[in-house]
Amino acid sequence: MANSKGKVIGVSGNMVSAECDSSVRMNEVGYIITGGKHLKAEVIRIRGSKVEMQVFEMTRGIRIGDDVEFTDDLLSVELGPGLLTQIFDGLQNPLPQIARKCGFFLERGFYLSALPESLEFDFTPIAKPGDTVVRGDTLGTVPEGIFTHKIMVPFNMYGTYTVESVVQAGKYSVRHTIAQLKDENGKSIPVTMVFNWPVKRPIDIYSERLRPSEALATKIRIIDTLVPVAKGGTYCIPGPFGAGKTVLQQITSRHAEVDIVIIAACGERAGEVVETLREFPELTDPRTGKTLMERTVIVCNTSSMPVAAREASVYTAVTMAEYYRQMGLHVLLLADSTSRWAQAMREMSGRLEEIPGEEAFPAYLESVIAGFYERAGIVRFKDGTIGSVTIGGTVSPAGGNFEEPVTQATLKVVGAFHGLSRERSDARRYPAIHPLDSWSKYEGAVEPHKSRYVRSVLFSGNEVDQMMKVVGEEGTSLDDYIVYLKSEFVDSVYLQQNAFDAVDAATSIPRQRYIFNFLVKILLASFTLPDKASARSYFNQLRQRFLDLNGAEWESDNFKKIEKELEDTFLNTVKETREELNDIFKSRFTG
Amino acid sequence: MRKIYSKIDYIAGNVITVKAKDITYGELALVTSESGESLAEVIRLDGDNVSLQVFAGSRGIATDDEVKFLGHPMQVSFSDNLMGRIFTGSGKPRDKGPELTENLIEIGGPSVNPAKRIVPRNMIRTGIPMIDLFNSLVESQKLPIFSVSGEPYNELLARIALQAEVDMIILGGMGLKYDDYLFFRDSLEQGGALSRTIFFVHTAADPIVECLLVPDIALAVAERFALKGKRVLVLLTDMTNFSDALKEISITMEKVPSNRGYPGDLYSQLAARYEKAVDFEGAGSITILAVTTMPGDDVTHPVPDNTGYITEGQFYLRNGRIEPFGSLSRLKQLVNKKTREDHRSLMDGMIKLYANFKESLEKKAMGFRMSEWDQKLLKYGDLFESKLMDLSVNIPLEKAMDLGWQILSDCFTKEETGLRTELMNQFWPEN
Ligand SMILES: Nc1ncnc2c1ncn2[C@@H]1O[C@H](COP(=O)(O)OP(=O)(O)O)[C@@H](O)[C@H]1O
Ligand SMILES: [Mg+2]
Repeated sequence: MANSKGKVIGVSGNMVSAECDSSVRMNEVGYIITGGKHLKAEVIRIRGSKVEMQVFEMTRGIRIGDDVEFTDDLLSVELGPGLLTQIFDGLQNPLPQIARKCGFFLERGFYLSALPESLEFDFTPIAKPGDTVVRGDTLGTVPEGIFTHKIMVPFNMYGTYTVESVVQAGKYSVRHTIAQLKDENGKSIPVTMVFNWPVKRPIDIYSERLRPSEALATKIRIIDTLVPVAKGGTYCIPGPFGAGKTVLQQITSRHAEVDIVIIAACGERAGEVVETLREFPELTDPRTGKTLMERTVIVCNTSSMPVAAREASVYTAVTMAEYYRQMGLHVLLLADSTSRWAQAMREMSGRLEEIPGEEAFPAYLESVIAGFYERAGIVRFKDGTIGSVTIGGTVSPAGGNFEEPVTQATLKVVGAFHGLSRERSDARRYPAIHPLDSWSKYEGAVEPHKSRYVRSVLFSGNEVDQMMKVVGEEGTSLDDYIVYLKSEFVDSVYLQQNAFDAVDAATSIPRQRYIFNFLVKILLASFTLPDKASARSYFNQLRQRFLDLNGAEWESDNFKKIEKELEDTFLNTVKETREELNDIFKSRFTG
Repeated sequence: MRKIYSKIDYIAGNVITVKAKDITYGELALVTSESGESLAEVIRLDGDNVSLQVFAGSRGIATDDEVKFLGHPMQVSFSDNLMGRIFTGSGKPRDKGPELTENLIEIGGPSVNPAKRIVPRNMIRTGIPMIDLFNSLVESQKLPIFSVSGEPYNELLARIALQAEVDMIILGGMGLKYDDYLFFRDSLEQGGALSRTIFFVHTAADPIVECLLVPDIALAVAERFALKGKRVLVLLTDMTNFSDALKEISITMEKVPSNRGYPGDLYSQLAARYEKAVDFEGAGSITILAVTTMPGDDVTHPVPDNTGYITEGQFYLRNGRIEPFGSLSRLKQLVNKKTREDHRSLMDGMIKLYANFKESLEKKAMGFRMSEWDQKLLKYGDLFESKLMDLSVNIPLEKAMDLGWQILSDCFTKEETGLRTELMNQFWPEN
C-alpha cells in the first residue's frame, strides 16, 4: 500500500494541520516538506480528513499547501548492537554525528540513523536451520564492549518461524542479513541485527515478572541504608530547584552497581549533560576496568530543544532500557526531569484545546505517569535468566511544593521517595534527602531493624530539636540533649556525603555495613558526660574523627589508624566497656 | 514585488487577521496605519486566514490599513557598527545614529548541539566574596539576580559587568526605567566600557511586543560575536517584565494559563533564551547575567521559580547583600577545584556554620538564654556578615579565603568547625 500524502492547511506554534483524503493512523509519523527539508511530525488528532500533527522541529517557514508525507509507522527507535556509548536526541538521532555534519547548531530536518550502516560486529550464530523460533529468541550473539549482545528475532515479528539459514560466524554490518526466517505461510523473511520498535509500546517478552527484592547499590549512604532502591523498582526525587536532584543522579549514574545506565536528560540544562559526556569517557568503572561510557547511553533533549521531541525522549530511553534488559542485564534509567516531560504533555494538550485538569495539566496525566513507571521491572526470561529495568525520575515541583499534580501522581506509583529539602540544601547538608519524610518500600543493604533503629534516633533527635525551639536549650534535660546530639551526629557523619570528595563520594556496601555498625554502637552507648557543653564538645571530637575516617581509603592503613583514634575517643567517655557494648549490640540486633 | 493587503478582517489584542496567500509561518509584515509603521509577525496560518502579532500593538489600526508581507522572519543587522549604539526592542535606533541595514541575521535561531558544548572552566573574578568564594561565577554561565524591587540590583549588575574580563557587553533592557538606562550608560562610560557595549532597550512606555523581542535580538547578536571569538556578557534586566509580557499576550490570545495567569510554556520560553549561554569550542562565549525581580519577595512565584529551574544558580539579593541561603552557583564546582585546595571545604563549612548561626539568632529572638556555643555562633555570624557579606567589600578570592580562616579561628576551636583535620593543619591561622 502506498503511503498517504496530504497538504498543509494550518500552522500554529508546533502544531500543523493537514488535509489528507486517504487513510492515516493515529500517532503515525509524517513529514512536512518545506523549503526542501523534511520535518518530522506525529499525528495526534484526526478529524475527518483533517489531520493534526505535532512537529518535532521549529515550524518557521512552513506555508499553506506544503506537502505532507505519512509513513504508516508509529514513532519508533532502532534496536540493535551499538547503542551503548552513544548520545542521542529525544528521537534517537546521534548528536555527535549530527555535529560532525552540521557544526555548532542543530539543523532542523536533519536526521541520522542511530546505528549506521558502517557499524560492524563479530557475529556468532546460535540458532540452526530447522529451529523453530518466536520473537525475542536468540539467533546469535555479538560482543558489544564488555557485554555479549544477543541478536534476537525482531520483537515485531509475531507468530512462529522456522530458521531457514543463519550466516556463518564473521564480521557483518548491522544491516546485513544474518538470517532467513520462514513464517507459517512459507514466506521467507530476511532478518538483520537491527529492527524498529514503537517507543510507546512496552517490550513484554518474558515469562514472569518478579517482585523487586534485591537492593540496587547506589553507594550513597542515606539511600542504601535508609531509603533503598531495588533492582526493577522505581523511585522519584522531587525537590525545589538547586536542592541537588541532578547532582544526585549524576553520582548515581557513576557509582550505581548495575550493568547499564541510560540517562534521559529531559528538558533541563544542556550544560549538565555535557559534564557527563565529557567526563565519562575519562572515568574508569571500577567494576569492569573500562570507561564508564561503555555502560552508558545518553538521551538528551534539553530545554531549548523542540518540546514535542522532549515528550518522546523518556520513551526513547525506556525502550532502549527494556531492550538491554532482554539480554539478561540490569539497567538503570535515570530521567531528569519528569516534570519537563509532563509540561511537554501540557503544552501539547493546550494546543489541542483539551479540557485542562489541575494546573492546566491534561486529565490523563496520572495514567500516563503510571504507565511510564510501570515499564520498570525485574523479569525472568524463558531461559531462566533475569534482567531488570529500574527507573529513577526527578520531579521539579512548581514552587518546591510537593502538593502539585506531577509529584502527587508520581508518589502514587513509585516504590521509593527521596524528597529533597530546601532547608537541608541551604545548610549544605548534601545529599539533601530528607531522612524522615522520605520512604522506601524496598529492602536495603543493612538489616532493616538496624536502619529502623537509626531512623528512630533521628526521629527522637528531631523531636528534641523541635522542643528546644519552644523551651530553649536550658529547658531541655541533658539526656534529651544527648539524643539530639546523637541525631545530629548521624546526620553529619553518615547521612551527609560529599559528592565532590574522591573517597567520600561513593561508599561501597561492605564499607557502609561496617561503619554503620560502628555508628549504631555509638548510638547505643551511655555516656559519662557531666553537662551539655562537654557533651557538645565530645560529639564534636567524635565527629571530627569520623569525618576524617570518611575521607580515608577503605581498609587503608590510614583508615585503620583513624578508626583506632575514633574508638579510643569514643570508649573514653562511655559507661560500658567495649565487650559490654558488643553484647548490647548483639542482643538487640540478633534473633 | 510583494502584494499589499488592505482588508483586515479581525483585530483583537495585538493580533490582526487578514486573508492572504503564500505566506510562511513566522514571516514579518509591515503594517502602516495613521499612527505610523509597525512590524508584525505571522503567528497563525489557517487556510487563507493569516494572523499577525503587531509589534507596536493594534491601537489605532483600521480595517483598511495596509499590510505588506516581507517574506522573511525577524532580522537584525550584525556588524561592528553596532558597538556603542542604542536600539529599541525591534532593532530601530534609539540614539541619533543611522539605521543599520547591512548583513541581516535572523533572530531566535536553532539551539547549539549539546555535543558541541564544552565544560565551562574559566572563573570570572568579581572581587565580591559572596560570589568569588561562595558562589563562583563562571564564563558562559547563565545566572540571574533574584531581588525585590528597590534593591540595588542594577548597581550590582553594572559592577559585575565592569569587573568581569569580557570583550564586550550587550545590555537588553525590558521595561527599563529611563533613569536606569541612564545609570547603565553612565556607569559603563565611567568604566570605559561604553564603546564595547550595545544596548537594546525597551522601556515601560514602549509597545509590549517589543519587550518580548529584546532577549532574542540581544542574544542573536551575542551569538554572532561569540562565534567570531568574542567573550560576550549579556545583561538582561528585568526578565520578570519579559515574562509578564508573555503572560499578557498569551491571555489576550485566550490560551489556558497554568499558574497565576502565566502560560504553560513559560519554562520553555525562558529556557530558549537562557540556554543561549554557551562556551564555543575554538571560539568565544556568551555569559548571561539577568535580573529577576520577585513580586512580593516570593521565590515560589512562577517567574523566579521557573527561572531557578533553568539557570545555573542565582544571586539572592536582599537588604543590599547577597544572601548565603538561596544564592547558588551551580558551576562553582567546575572552577573551585583549581583555585586553592581549601576553597570547597571552606565554602561549605562556613555556610554550615552560618546556618547554625541563624538558628541561634532565632532562639535569641525568642528570648532563650544563649549558651556558650550560641555566643560563639553569634560572634561568627556578625563577623561573617560584616567582613564577607557586605557588598562594599572588594577583595580578591585568596584574601577572602584567608579572611574566612581568620574568622573561623577567631570564633571557634578546630573541632567545632566540622572541617577535616588535614585541611586545618594546613590552613588554621596560628594566633
Ligand atoms: N551532593 C552534593 N554535594 C555537594 N554539592 C551539591 C550536592 N548536591 C547539590 N550540590 C550543589 O547544589 C547545586 C545544585 O544542585 P543540582 O543537582 O543541580 O540541583 P537541582 O537539579 O535540584 O536543581 C550543585 O551545582 C552543587 O553546587
Ligand atoms: Mg537539575
